[in-house]
Amino acid sequence: MARAVSPRRKIAFTLLAWSVALLLFFPILYTLITSIKTEGEAISGFNLIPSFTLENYVEVQTQRDYWKPFSNSVILSLLSTLVALVIAVPAAWAMAFSPTPRTKDILMWMLSTKMMPAVAVLVPIYLLFRDWGLLDTRTGLTFMLTMINLPIVVWMLYTYFREIPGEILEAARMDGAGLWGEIVHVLTPMALPGIASTMLLNIILAWNESFWTIRLTTTNAAPLTAFIASFSSPQGLFWAKLSAASTLAIAPILIMGWFSQKQLVRGLTFGAVK
Amino acid sequence: MGQITLSKVNKSFGATTVIPGIDLKIEEGEFVVFVGPSGCGKSTLLRLIAGLEDTSSGTISIDGRDVTGEPPAKRGLAMVFQSYALYPHMSVYNNIAFPLKMAGTDKATIDTKVRDAARILNLTNYLERRPGQLSGGQRQRVAIGRAIVRAPSAFLFDEPLSNLDAALRGTMRLEISELHQKLGTTMIYVTHDQVEAMTMADKIVVLQAGHIEQVGSPMELYNKPENLFVAGFIGSPRMNFATGAAAEAYKAHTVGIRPEHLALSPTDGVWTGTVGVTEHLGSDTFVHVDVKGVGPMTVRAPGETALKHGDTVFLTPQESRLHRFDKDGKAVR
Repeated sequence: MARAVSPRRKIAFTLLAWSVALLLFFPILYTLITSIKTEGEAISGFNLIPSFTLENYVEVQTQRDYWKPFSNSVILSLLSTLVALVIAVPAAWAMAFSPTPRTKDILMWMLSTKMMPAVAVLVPIYLLFRDWGLLDTRTGLTFMLTMINLPIVVWMLYTYFREIPGEILEAARMDGAGLWGEIVHVLTPMALPGIASTMLLNIILAWNESFWTIRLTTTNAAPLTAFIASFSSPQGLFWAKLSAASTLAIAPILIMGWFSQKQLVRGLTFGAVK
Repeated sequence: MGQITLSKVNKSFGATTVIPGIDLKIEEGEFVVFVGPSGCGKSTLLRLIAGLEDTSSGTISIDGRDVTGEPPAKRGLAMVFQSYALYPHMSVYNNIAFPLKMAGTDKATIDTKVRDAARILNLTNYLERRPGQLSGGQRQRVAIGRAIVRAPSAFLFDEPLSNLDAALRGTMRLEISELHQKLGTTMIYVTHDQVEAMTMADKIVVLQAGHIEQVGSPMELYNKPENLFVAGFIGSPRMNFATGAAAEAYKAHTVGIRPEHLALSPTDGVWTGTVGVTEHLGSDTFVHVDVKGVGPMTVRAPGETALKHGDTVFLTPQESRLHRFDKDGKAVR
């Protein structure tokens, strides 16, 4: 039975929810505010009222090329997601529909690689990349991003595929569908929402990845994460420009996330709330 | 069309043998029910016939053709699953049309057949809906519709009514029996509910631990159970059993008597007992009696009775209706 909620309780909860939301959103908001301050205002301490200048945005784009890292970000996140899906769909499929006694172990082992600190393998990977001529190349970075996100992609897809009842596949078999008919008419349409939300999440993860993208690139393959980082180094700290660059870097993904939030939420809570 | 023969069919999963070897013949147009407690192998047996599981040894033939190694699609059978197994992303129309599409039937024929099936099953107004927008009974009808459009040589039902509520189960039971009358196609129906088995079947196959305990018409099983298991499984309320001195009086190791074949008297009878719970159904009353030296027994008394908890009563079994079993549980006739 639903409990009656007193108006006072309701107001308290609403305030609490808004405070938590604001707390979570505050770093992004403050970045946005700082990006429209002058450099003087930006370093003069905490201040929520900017002078609404767009100068930083103009300067960020004239000082450095924004479009190249932007296109790198787009290409890297899309390509690495595509490659990850091509590998993960059949893998998750096999694990979901014809599991062996070792399937769970393999899944756990894959996930365990995500628990290892990336720094631990930085030197060997850097050396390998150097020897293979992959440093600062899109190929190298696509490979890296694919590999680091693959465990999560396989896990997500596995949980999705597990939700497809086996009886439906048997029904399709009884109805005269061959393997191909089963894949085209039954499996794919049922798995599509799951594949779509996995894809969205992986694009976001790849877009935001900064450890490897900053360390394995310099200019040619550098995505937006490296673009932001470049404002914090040699010439000293330019908070306002750094914020403008960050805003430009997160804007595309934020917009994409906004439009696909329904799909994303479904993806992240799938299986938990059916 | 629709004669199915199983010969020495065996199924093992690894080291576990589920079905040790079954011989069974299902005649054309028969309504056969596989019944037994859970885990008896009845669903496995159905899935072997369907081709969803491979037999470990033995042969299955349909209309004289050996189909043991053939995939489900080639066997010409249709199946209705316990969970309905409808395609959630397709409309009711497309769900029913799916097997025809897979068979490469032309659009006009598909349309006629789907609409015919929908009419028979009262689904005409729901053709555009998705399965998620239907009630349990309607979903079950869609599953049946999907099975009937392709005119299979036999229908396989795997506990199709167990997800429905009691009232709907009664209605659907009638509808499936009606459908069998109308189509005259062989039907194999799996259930753990002996009431479904008794009311629908032409022939019941009672299974336990992968073995066939008895095959026969509902009345044969009811009147002449071959062993204790069948005697106890078929009939509701359950048959009463007595061993020891009470059974020896009838020259048997165990005697069984159905609740409706016990006469209840306040003054005299063979067995003396104390009334426990009485269950009033209106048409009948089930009186649970604790019989001295025998144990609890259930009596079906017609209409209403005024018996109260703790009353002393006398029971007399109709000797002609008494079932005698030897110490191995086999019927003695």
